[in-house]
Amino acid sequence: MINAGDGAHEHPTQGLLDLYTIREKRSKIDNLHVVIVGDILFSRVARSNIFGLTKLGARVTLVGPSTLVPREFEKLGVTVSNQIDKVLPDADVVNLLRIQHERQRKEYFPGISEYTTLFGLTKERAKLLKPDCLVMHPGPINRGVEIDSEVADGLQSVILDQVTNGLAVRMAVLYLCGGIAA
Amino acid sequence: MSAIIIRNGRVIDPANKRDEVVDLTIIDGRIADKSSIENQKTESIDAKGLIVAPGLIDMHVHLREPGFGHKETIASGAQAAAAGGFTTIVCMPNTLPAADNPATIAWIKDRAAAAASVNVLPTGAISKNIAGEELAPIGSLGQAGVVAITDDGHCVQNHELMRRAVEYARMVGLPVLDHCQDYNLVGKGVVNEGYWSTLLGLPGWPAAGEEAIVMRNILLAELCDHHIHCQHVSAVGSVRLIREAQARGVKISGEVCPHHIALTDEAIQNFDTNYKMNPPLRSKADVDAILEGIADCTLSILCSDHAPHAGFEKEVEFDQAPFGIVGLETELGIFIDQLVHKHHKIDIVRLIEMYTLEPAKLLKLDAGTLSVGAPADVTLIAPDLEWTVRTDQFQSASRNSPFDGWKLKGRAVRTIVGGKTVWKL
Repeated sequence: MINAGDGAHEHPTQGLLDLYTIREKRSKIDNLHVVIVGDILFSRVARSNIFGLTKLGARVTLVGPSTLVPREFEKLGVTVSNQIDKVLPDADVVNLLRIQHERQRKEYFPGISEYTTLFGLTKERAKLLKPDCLVMHPGPINRGVEIDSEVADGLQSVILDQVTNGLAVRMAVLYLCGGIAA
Repeated sequence: MSAIIIRNGRVIDPANKRDEVVDLTIIDGRIADKSSIENQKTESIDAKGLIVAPGLIDMHVHLREPGFGHKETIASGAQAAAAGGFTTIVCMPNTLPAADNPATIAWIKDRAAAAASVNVLPTGAISKNIAGEELAPIGSLGQAGVVAITDDGHCVQNHELMRRAVEYARMVGLPVLDHCQDYNLVGKGVVNEGYWSTLLGLPGWPAAGEEAIVMRNILLAELCDHHIHCQHVSAVGSVRLIREAQARGVKISGEVCPHHIALTDEAIQNFDTNYKMNPPLRSKADVDAILEGIADCTLSILCSDHAPHAGFEKEVEFDQAPFGIVGLETELGIFIDQLVHKHHKIDIVRLIEMYTLEPAKLLKLDAGTLSVGAPADVTLIAPDLEWTVRTDQFQSASRNSPFDGWKLKGRAVRTIVGGKTVWKL
């Protein structure tokens, strides 16, 4: 059985394609500092990224509002922060997650514009990034909410590479799990 | 005249502070003095090595009728109770229609009289249709024969309505039982909020959602000077709050279900819906607090929250599955095994008291004792008998138990209601 993403639990092929993309661009994963920003609580992408990245030796920091990034996540071997500006300068990879309007009740955060103010990767905030820091997003993107269009389409973005690699990685998974002799 | 002598058993009757190896005599369905048998033809039951206890009472079961006969019927639930060692069960009002009116109570009593092998005592709803909006006719429910009121499965959120219900119940002499759950704090939660809910991405049901209503109930029990009983207590904070309130003399009590001491939320990691119940399985710290609460008598009653569901209802995604597990046929074994043998928290005498005298006192029942003249409801228990749970042999119409295959020490071996053996191993 191949898990193609279940609820808010896991999304293993997304995790694999994110790992593949990072290794393709940075030629390693060990010792990189990967920052995952956004709605971690409701994200299956976040959990699969955490498991894969920590297993391969990356340092992982989760960033988001305290209501969407409970401290319990630290038991998975990651760091939790609520201050994105302090974390970004040290990041080798920033992975932005979509704010999932449909899964949330309004109490989780006061509103979209406040979210963008506190946690959005705006054009201004992107200046904090190291020049070789990768910008990732599993899509679909809420442009202007978790990430500005200029950043999503900018030089540091590997979002379209993720899409391309996703096809290849998922083909590989089907191929390997399909029982065809290599 | 029919006479039965239960010979050579260890008779434990907490109501009379009795614990001795002696014969117990039953004449015409009631406990009798041995001297009243003279040259009668008697049936003899050998109870050597067994405990002869007052018939056990489970004051928290869902029999599902009327309305949900595909999960359980009054007859099948009663037979499950008999197989578990219970002679009296108290059924919850979340049926269809809800037991919020005298006609439904009369129907339940009629069905029980016709088809149940054990005594079935109904509870009535606190609010109309268990909707938490207007009071049910609590006085009429009392006249119809309910032993308590509760909105179990739901929880009255409006504190003012709850206050009036408690005041009104005091007037008619009915205890109030409450399923403690703050809907705002709990939201769509399905499992204990903590490490496992975070790891698995399942919506969390925080312990504070129970503790907030336990606190509310303590305040209302004080305000109204009437008893409120907190059902299936699961959280460390609830135990602490109840303990502190009892020390001040507040009329508050709590009960424990076997799954809340035998399991933790670690068990949910395979998404098996037989580990989904409300309140949910909690952490090791909560289990330890409940065990302490049992040991120091803060929590005084043991029960199952027997909640049958059909296989097709449970075999769905974890979030979508209904809450609840069956318990009547495993609870005594789990409690003896865990509380007496494994954790040494209480002895078998106190365990029997928590299943007999305590619920009988709370609900003012003519049950739970072996006094001369009392109805001859008797449970024979083999406290050291080792056995394996087999859900496919359950008398219940449903199989939704997480304990299939568990090896337990201690169980009931014969259940006698009104002098008649209704089940034996």
